[in-house]
Amino acid sequence: MDPLEIARWQFGITTVYHFLMVPLTLGLGAVVVYLQTRWNRTGDERYLRMTKFWGKLYLINFIMGVATGIVQEFQFGMAWSEYSRFVGDVFGAPLAMEGLLAFFVESTFLGLWIFGWGRLPKAIHTATLWLAVIGSWISAFFIIAANSWMQHPVGVELVDGRPQLVDIWAVVTNNTAIAAYTHVLVTAVAVAGGFLLGIAWYQLWRRRRDGIDTVDASGRVVVGEAPEIPGRDKLDHSVWLKSLRIGAIIAILGFAGTAVTGDLQAKLMFQQQPMKMAAAEAACETGSSFSILAFGDLTASDCSSVVTVLQVPGVLGYLANGDVNQTVQGVDDLVPQYEEKYGTTLPEGAIYGDRSGQTIDYVPLMYVTYWGFRIMIGFGALAAFAAAVALWLTRKGTVPANVWIMRLAIFGILAPFGAAAAGWIFTEMGRQPFVVAPNPTPGGIDGVYMFTAAAVSPGVTAGELLFSAITLTLVYLALLVVEVYLLVRFVRGGVVSAMPELAAKDDDRSDDDRDVLAFAY
Amino acid sequence: MDVLPTVWFIAVAALWIGYLILEGFDLGVGMHMLVSARGSAAEREGQRRVMLNTIGPVWDGNEVWLLVAGAGIFAAFPLWYASLFSALYIPLTLVLVGLIFRAVAIEYRGKHPGARWGRFWDWAIGLGSFVVAFGIGAGLALTTTGLPIDANGDRVGGPFAWLTWQAVLGGLAVVGFALVHSAAFLALKTTGPVRERMGAFVTKAAPVALLPIVAWVLLIQFTTGNVASWLLVVGAVVAIVLGYVAALRRREGRAFLGIAVFVALGAAAIFTAVYPVVLPSSLDPAFSLTVSREMAATGAAVYAGNSDYTLGVMTVVTAVALPVVLVYQVWSYWVFRKRLGAENLPAVHDIVPAVRG
Repeated sequence: MDPLEIARWQFGITTVYHFLMVPLTLGLGAVVVYLQTRWNRTGDERYLRMTKFWGKLYLINFIMGVATGIVQEFQFGMAWSEYSRFVGDVFGAPLAMEGLLAFFVESTFLGLWIFGWGRLPKAIHTATLWLAVIGSWISAFFIIAANSWMQHPVGVELVDGRPQLVDIWAVVTNNTAIAAYTHVLVTAVAVAGGFLLGIAWYQLWRRRRDGIDTVDASGRVVVGEAPEIPGRDKLDHSVWLKSLRIGAIIAILGFAGTAVTGDLQAKLMFQQQPMKMAAAEAACETGSSFSILAFGDLTASDCSSVVTVLQVPGVLGYLANGDVNQTVQGVDDLVPQYEEKYGTTLPEGAIYGDRSGQTIDYVPLMYVTYWGFRIMIGFGALAAFAAAVALWLTRKGTVPANVWIMRLAIFGILAPFGAAAAGWIFTEMGRQPFVVAPNPTPGGIDGVYMFTAAAVSPGVTAGELLFSAITLTLVYLALLVVEVYLLVRFVRGGVVSAMPELAAKDDDRSDDDRDVLAFAY
Repeated sequence: MDVLPTVWFIAVAALWIGYLILEGFDLGVGMHMLVSARGSAAEREGQRRVMLNTIGPVWDGNEVWLLVAGAGIFAAFPLWYASLFSALYIPLTLVLVGLIFRAVAIEYRGKHPGARWGRFWDWAIGLGSFVVAFGIGAGLALTTTGLPIDANGDRVGGPFAWLTWQAVLGGLAVVGFALVHSAAFLALKTTGPVRERMGAFVTKAAPVALLPIVAWVLLIQFTTGNVASWLLVVGAVVAIVLGYVAALRRREGRAFLGIAVFVALGAAAIFTAVYPVVLPSSLDPAFSLTVSREMAATGAAVYAGNSDYTLGVMTVVTAVALPVVLVYQVWSYWVFRKRLGAENLPAVHDIVPAVRG
């Protein structure tokens, strides 16, 4: 087996997996910050309960993001040593800044928040969460800036065949980075929205199912309580209804944000990576129509068998340049341009190993880019539409008693995750065959690009890569099962699972003992 | 000019020393959770939870020192990062798995009351901590003693070329140090049986458990030591003697401090002795990686570092950020300064479905 293929699969698997946890961490963190701040301001117990419950789910998910994030940083050196050598003057800096300016803040203040209940004054305790979440948002910026440099290298000069950093400001204000960062943040908000919506829906459904809440003749909710179940009081209803509405609203706003920022990204992509955008469209010929449905062998790089059965004139042109008459170059026209600029075969050289002299295929896997692009938009839109429907269905204060709608709401949690994963797969695979894509825009630096085929560690064997790829995949799968198991347990337990003090059993420790730790692992 | 590369050599050394001091006790606590609880099942469980919660609020912040040390090498000396990390592919994969299991275990262990659940995560924490300590120790030992890397910096000799006696020595050095250091930490941070047992562990185990790290320091000193590095060794010896005497007298704060200063000066002695070479090649000294452009200009080694512009940017960022990090990390230790005993811990509560009938 080719080490390059294994290394790419490993990077893809570990990155997509890592990004299951990341948007929930970013989005839910912001939600919990809002909830605790509201509690601090108003003293309203509903906000305390929401802070505790959603905060607990936040932590269960957070740790998985931390654990899988370390793999990402090590992987560049382990599996992609040639890449690390080539980009080292530029790429390591944002990673180190991420650690110094973001990870330290995030981890230290999150520790203070988790263990600080009852030990820190309320305002300071709330501030620790603010700092932890701000830290995580800053960390997202630096890693996106690093990734965006691979999509659109700026701020460097070519010295002895290697890019040398000359303008760090250009790297952190890269227009690609700004567009991608805002896109990731609003995606995170949408992911958190769907998460709140699905779980709160289940809770309201459970209360109806258990006969706690009923509806009157006009369909309006009559809130009840179940004294025998800790936490299932009247306030509990309001906790979930509020959570549901917050979730639905931010899911809709988040999706609207992804549309705006995604459009910005697409317009940049037409200039910066025209082949990626053409491949996203399976646009073989130059034109301006947006394809709704294409059939045929999208794996073929010569476009010969692609049949577009449904297309909307003008939309692609609008996406590219805000102009329906704008024509966009198709794959068939772009390939010769790429071949002329970057060659038809991989250069001879040690870093290419057996791949020296291979023909370069400049067209990314079109079934991945085409469908990745559509799944991203489709799942995102579906989730936002479902959120709007959810708001309407719950306008009278509770959810329908139908179990299938509840299941749909739970299942709907997955849609924004799917959209996010598809988006990453699209943009990373759409960059191939480059790991550092050339920058063809005016003012771009000529010659700063790297083929993925040259990036893998020359000294590492296929066996080693296979070992790590299989080990990490299995560990990740097992831990995903554990995480979902715990999340489900805490969700089914309701607010009391995160607030044992709501149960009748009192903490029998003395005040002095309690003063040491209010929470413990 | 070698000014900025030297500054970054010192910065990277400082980050590793910070990591060894801070995660040294985290990793050791993880191992002690597995092997050092005594008594009935309930007592053992209480002791394990006491141990875990001494590091509960701070372990994640400590782990970031590893990330920043790694990213710092990447940002300042990418050729060092690329050669070292790819050469140590298998051990670093195991370290990653250890880090993953340990992190998840710390967070998840108390989220469910079952005995089997607890046992599973104890193993994940204990074994994970051991593998991480051993792997990091082996890696650091190899980057100071050498690896078979060729002119391009790629490892020659197959996936297990790193498995040498120096690697085992370095692995044992960090494991042994972590066990002693964490015992001193636990004695300082707990009350009751854990405090007693761990206080005694320091004085009983230190003479044996610290032998590998002493051997590693001396090995480097006898190969490439200089006056400055020997002075640091003398300082480390003074620190450990004072720390040991304090441990005998059960002066827990001073004992912990002595051991921390010992590892800081010991590691500083190693870095000082190897400077400017950061990864010697055992094939040909000319393939070795250095932080000195002057040395590289003579062809005696390969310059592993970045341009002065990048190093300058990173110097400014670090000079601003790191002091602030130290302030708030110290503050977090201050917030959780009280000793912990089993009686301080809230019971692990069961999660019961909020369902009627």
